[in-house]
Amino acid sequence: MKYKIKKFFLLFLVHTFLISVAISCIFPFLWMINSSFKSNSEFISDYGFKFPHKIMWKNYFIAFCQGKMGIYFLNSLIYTFVSVIGIVVISSLAGYSLSRLQFRGKNFIFFLFLAAMMIPTPAGFVPLYVLLKAVGLLNTRVGYCLAMVNVGLSLSIYLYKTFFDKLPRDLEDAARIDGCNRLRIWWHVILPLARPATAVVVIFNALNVWNEFVLALVIFSNRNLMPLQVGLKEFASSSVGLTNYTVLMAGLTIASLPIIIIYLMMQKHIIKGITAGALVG
Amino acid sequence: MHYTLKEEIKNFSFILPALVIFSFFYILPFFYTFLLALHQGSGLSSLKFVGLENFRRLLSPAGVVILSGSMGSILVVAPLLRFWKERKAAPEGSRVKRIILRIVGIGSIGIGGVCIFYGFRAFSEIFSSSAWVIDREWWASVGRSFYITLWALTFQNFLAFALALCVDRAIRTGQIYRAIFFLLPVLSEIIIGLLVRSLLLPYPGVLPHFLERLGLESWIRDWLNDPRYALTTLAITHCWRGFGWGFVILLAGLQTIPQTLYEAARIDGANGWQRFIRITIPLMLPVIVLVVILTILGTVQVIGLPMVLTRGGPAGRTTVSVLRIYNELKNYHAGYASSQGIILGIILVTLSFTLLKISNKLKKI
Repeated sequence: MKYKIKKFFLLFLVHTFLISVAISCIFPFLWMINSSFKSNSEFISDYGFKFPHKIMWKNYFIAFCQGKMGIYFLNSLIYTFVSVIGIVVISSLAGYSLSRLQFRGKNFIFFLFLAAMMIPTPAGFVPLYVLLKAVGLLNTRVGYCLAMVNVGLSLSIYLYKTFFDKLPRDLEDAARIDGCNRLRIWWHVILPLARPATAVVVIFNALNVWNEFVLALVIFSNRNLMPLQVGLKEFASSSVGLTNYTVLMAGLTIASLPIIIIYLMMQKHIIKGITAGALVG
Repeated sequence: MHYTLKEEIKNFSFILPALVIFSFFYILPFFYTFLLALHQGSGLSSLKFVGLENFRRLLSPAGVVILSGSMGSILVVAPLLRFWKERKAAPEGSRVKRIILRIVGIGSIGIGGVCIFYGFRAFSEIFSSSAWVIDREWWASVGRSFYITLWALTFQNFLAFALALCVDRAIRTGQIYRAIFFLLPVLSEIIIGLLVRSLLLPYPGVLPHFLERLGLESWIRDWLNDPRYALTTLAITHCWRGFGWGFVILLAGLQTIPQTLYEAARIDGANGWQRFIRITIPLMLPVIVLVVILTILGTVQVIGLPMVLTRGGPAGRTTVSVLRIYNELKNYHAGYASSQGIILGIILVTLSFTLLKISNKLKKI
């Protein structure tokens, strides 16, 4: 009996701890969404803790148009889409060649990519800025996408290479006997087989590109080209974002709600993908 | 299997796109940093060669002597040793490879020699007091970075570990908690920073109002604008955002420990604390070291959060090192910025490699 009480008490404590931390994680977001539907005067009177009297879709409208959130959002979509496709194509080609094909200097090249993952470059954006400026890629979509492809490259190549190393060669051999060349083997055999690795690469890099901040900050000065994260920073320090808190909250909701929904829908895959990526690096 | 040259070129073409992008966006900038660090100015057109002047401002003459001396002697001695070994042993590898290695070796001896030369030149400056003007503000910013890292290492990681233990032990609904805790790392620093900022700011005063309701008026401070609290606010926000990372990794590690070990220990009469110390900690050590390294690397390089949460202020009190490098770049001091980046990179590399070495030693015991 005494043992049971003690156990119950312990469980109670553990649950309280867990639930209080969980509430501290969720509550700010609920508050954010709630206050994004309020008018500014209502927000100031009740601090966003009560439900809105009348839902103000106008806040979202202002954030989308005046705050340019729509443009930023579209830009982020473009950059993420292009960079992730680029990363998948380029790194699966490279991973395939590193795992299966023979050429000189193969080990050295693989070592280079590994070393790039190991060495932290906290100021990597400084020389990149100068070089991109010299080539004229500063403030262009192409420059940013290429830079983001490079950011995801070494990790993705490593993931693909280790995946291909474990893959049996029989299917490729069969395809080769049927007369496929290397490129068609890659497209028709290797890529479909590599779907689990591709899933990890896509999830990890999509989130990485979507949340990237420093490079975008350095590369873009034209507001019409900025992705969401830099755009949010601009928006928050613009006249609309500084004075009108509920519009700022609407902007934050626009930026975070899609991610939250996607995350909740495929939470297991995302956690698996991100931890797999991080543990390698 | 032997391949013809044409085959080999075809094979090589598969990795070519990756290699081209990697060379231009990683390898070239990497080495260009070192070149840039020897210059003053903003970009390609307006650079002025100043030698080790940037490093003297960061490290003082004595630091320059130590750094360039040690780097120079490594760059000179390592290839010399290699050449010496090669003289005795039979030649191995292809001819091209040997020639390339020789060229790299001679190049490194050359660079090392230049390093040592500049080190000697700086040696004379040690005794002149006018050369001892160090950029204290930079070291203060590094200190702030490590202050935040200290918070992250202790508060964030202990919280993550405690939560992971709770979920691992008592509850089958761990999936839900895992989903909730990992939500914050999935969202970007900017969103978190702006959200926390709007909660903490004194004017709409959401958190102050909340505390007032709870009867905790005495806890209310101007967290973002008071120089005493701004940095700690930043650190705690960073921990709040980041603990989900450690939680997920540590939980994955905990679940690989077989339950039979605990049962065996229980039969042998070990209590909960003993089981924790003798089984959990030793088996988790590699995972813990990994989390520590990830925490250090992630926290020292943080820039988005201070930029939007406190905007580097009040009075530069939350300007962490990478933010300072960015400001330096924006002020057209690309050369100085890259020398700061090199110093920070050296600090980070040494730290993480020492930790890895220590953990490998511990694993053997």
